[in-house]
Amino acid sequence: MIDAFHLARAQFGFTVAFHIMFPAFSIGLASYLMVLEGLWLRTGRQVYLDLFRYWAKIFSIGFAMGVVSGLVMSYQFGTNWSNYSAKAGAVIGPVMAYEVLTAFFLEAGFLGVMLFGMKRVGRKLHFFSTCMVAGGTILSAFWILSVNSWMQTPAGFGVAADGKMFPTNYWQVIFNPSVFVRVPHMMLASYLVVAFIVGAVGAFHMLRGHSTPAVRTMFSMAMWMAAIVTPMQIAMGDIHGLNTLEYQPMKVAAMEGDWEPSGPNGAPLILFGIPNMATQHTDYKIEIPHASSLILTHSWNGRVPGLNEVPAADRPYAPVVFWTFRVMVGLGFLMFGLGLFSLFARWRGTLFSNRLLHRAVFIMAPAPLIAMLCGWMTTEIGRQPYTVYGVLRTIDSVSPIGLPGIATSLAVFAVVYFAVFGAGIMVIIRMMAKPPVVGELSVDPNKPIRTAGIHPGLAGAVPPGMGGASLLPAE
Amino acid sequence: MSTETIISIWAGLIAFAVLAYVVLDGFDLGVGILFAAERGSEDRDTMVNTIAPMWDGNETWLVLGGAGLMAAFPLAYSIIMPALYPTVLGMLFGLIFRGVAFELRFRAHSERGRRGWDMSFFCGSVLAAFCQGLTLGGLLQGIHVVDGQYAGGWFDWLTPFTILCGVAVVVGYAWLGACWLVWRTDESLQVRARKQAAALGWVMLALIIVVSLWTPLLNPNFMRRWFHWPGILLTSPVPLLVGLLAVVFHFGIVRRHHLTPFLCALAIFALCFAGLGISFYPLIVPPDITIWAAAAPRSSQVFILIGAVVLIPVILIYSGFSYWVFRGKVQAGEHYH
Repeated sequence: MIDAFHLARAQFGFTVAFHIMFPAFSIGLASYLMVLEGLWLRTGRQVYLDLFRYWAKIFSIGFAMGVVSGLVMSYQFGTNWSNYSAKAGAVIGPVMAYEVLTAFFLEAGFLGVMLFGMKRVGRKLHFFSTCMVAGGTILSAFWILSVNSWMQTPAGFGVAADGKMFPTNYWQVIFNPSVFVRVPHMMLASYLVVAFIVGAVGAFHMLRGHSTPAVRTMFSMAMWMAAIVTPMQIAMGDIHGLNTLEYQPMKVAAMEGDWEPSGPNGAPLILFGIPNMATQHTDYKIEIPHASSLILTHSWNGRVPGLNEVPAADRPYAPVVFWTFRVMVGLGFLMFGLGLFSLFARWRGTLFSNRLLHRAVFIMAPAPLIAMLCGWMTTEIGRQPYTVYGVLRTIDSVSPIGLPGIATSLAVFAVVYFAVFGAGIMVIIRMMAKPPVVGELSVDPNKPIRTAGIHPGLAGAVPPGMGGASLLPAE
Repeated sequence: MSTETIISIWAGLIAFAVLAYVVLDGFDLGVGILFAAERGSEDRDTMVNTIAPMWDGNETWLVLGGAGLMAAFPLAYSIIMPALYPTVLGMLFGLIFRGVAFELRFRAHSERGRRGWDMSFFCGSVLAAFCQGLTLGGLLQGIHVVDGQYAGGWFDWLTPFTILCGVAVVVGYAWLGACWLVWRTDESLQVRARKQAAALGWVMLALIIVVSLWTPLLNPNFMRRWFHWPGILLTSPVPLLVGLLAVVFHFGIVRRHHLTPFLCALAIFALCFAGLGISFYPLIVPPDITIWAAAAPRSSQVFILIGAVVLIPVILIYSGFSYWVFRGKVQAGEHYH
């Protein structure tokens, strides 16, 4: 079981799972920063500027970790999956190059101005830079999800005699059959990740008795997002499932734990159970009659596929897919419930005083992140045993690197990622544990840029309250 | 356009992306390497603040190099990465330590924590630079390929030549970083940076000469390209221009110009890079694989070329804008964080 191939998969899974958390956070947070700055420019209310600065500092750390962990991904296609690159590179390489050209440079080029340049460029150009950063993150999500979708539902290509794929129609490659469900599903996931983290930070400070206008504002905004976006995400997940049923039926069979295709009486929904790959049966199952047909085909007796329709070598590993899918859906409905709870509290006028709500929001902070990781595991493990679904097997994609090389690099990755990114995440959590400071800085773009200041990073040298929200030189 | 033209343009574009990365992140990494010489925390803050707003954009050229190579020359990408696996991963680990330290050294809660992140910044910069040199050396000395796959051993990349290249890149980046600091800082920090730039400049020149004399011995093609008629007509101006620029650099240092040393360093890097290009062309993976053999199908190259032709000038414009916004000397105590 432990061979170079499985360790290469483990390494990609580990590095990509670590990586995806940072962009998911950055995509949502960049949009949130854009909204905050827009509201500040429109209303002139200090609270929005304070919140912008508070979250921009956190953004800068999350973004840096996303950049360096993403750099690893762009080279791992070659180091660990060189045969995949050699065979599919001509089709997906250009799409990834477009991501770099249109999105990465845009984000990076305007990030400096957004973080450090308000006094140098003035409000309007600064807001433009923030919009470019937010737009860059969204574009980047589109391109990379287009690549991923192409691997799930490949289109617009041919295969040469030597096994190398070549593009025939780039329009079909980019706008392949699942890109329109995958992009919105991931975008909404990013927004939920940020909504629940922002909400939890607000809830935390209210629980600690810092119910300042800035804290209330962030909590209220986050709860609106939770209440509105969660049902949208559930609907989007349903549409995604229908798309997967059409193009990747075996993935759906693994998600459902169904071994035999359903007969004339429709398929029951297996709520819980343990799929057993050896006996080709789902053990200990609890079922709801007809429910699977109803969910997947929107009809009482609709046909639902089973894993036994294909040879054993072509089946994804169902026990993992079955459970990651359930964790994702379960957390989704919990988030939905929390959104309803917040609406109820808002209606009763207790949004800022209901401690039970605040505790619940605080505990639920990681829920969207976990749901997103489980969703990715469902779709990626569910795609197996292929890298390019139905075309190129994972076993034929790996690099000719032996076990010692992969094992060593995996060990180093694990140590470095937990140490470095662990430290980064701790710093972010510590910054979130401080409440945003009200009106500490007033920004006047006409003032000269060079002003004396103390370094907010050295907490010990800074009076309490001064280190909170300063992103720009203190005046 | 003929397919050969398109492939040549792509080779040029990848080379441009790599050169842009080398000079832009080169001075970023150089600033990190110079942490070894600058111990004061306020000076270190100033040094980091000269590059804080741009480092991320600078590093993006490396991503373009990787993605562009995969898109336009997938065969080369799929051979080079496994062959130079340890050096590429070493570079990535170095860039992780460096990149995260950029933000976190300003957020440390204790002096000890801050020293730790400074160390991460320094070690990450040195490791990334050294591994880039090893990667370059490993590629120059040739990669053993059978049936379009890497067929060498674990440590083929580790030779005296590649170690020399690693050292040369570390010294070169430190030199570039020192010249950058001469331009972007003032007072005592600038005075010290000027001394460092002068010393590193001479070491760099010596290393350039050694690497340049060693490289043609690695491969008969390189030798023919450099020393045989009529190739020598094309190649001889390169060392002559390097020598001329070394003289200009010397006067720039002696007369205390602010920008001249940096411009000379950039030009010398570009010339060394052109020298490498002369050695390589039309190879992409020495000793055997040419850009023609490694190229992606014409349709792939055309598709991304259209975007590159439109987007790269736009990228250069707004990246230039960002540099313009943050122009001028960075003062001690003027902090962005």
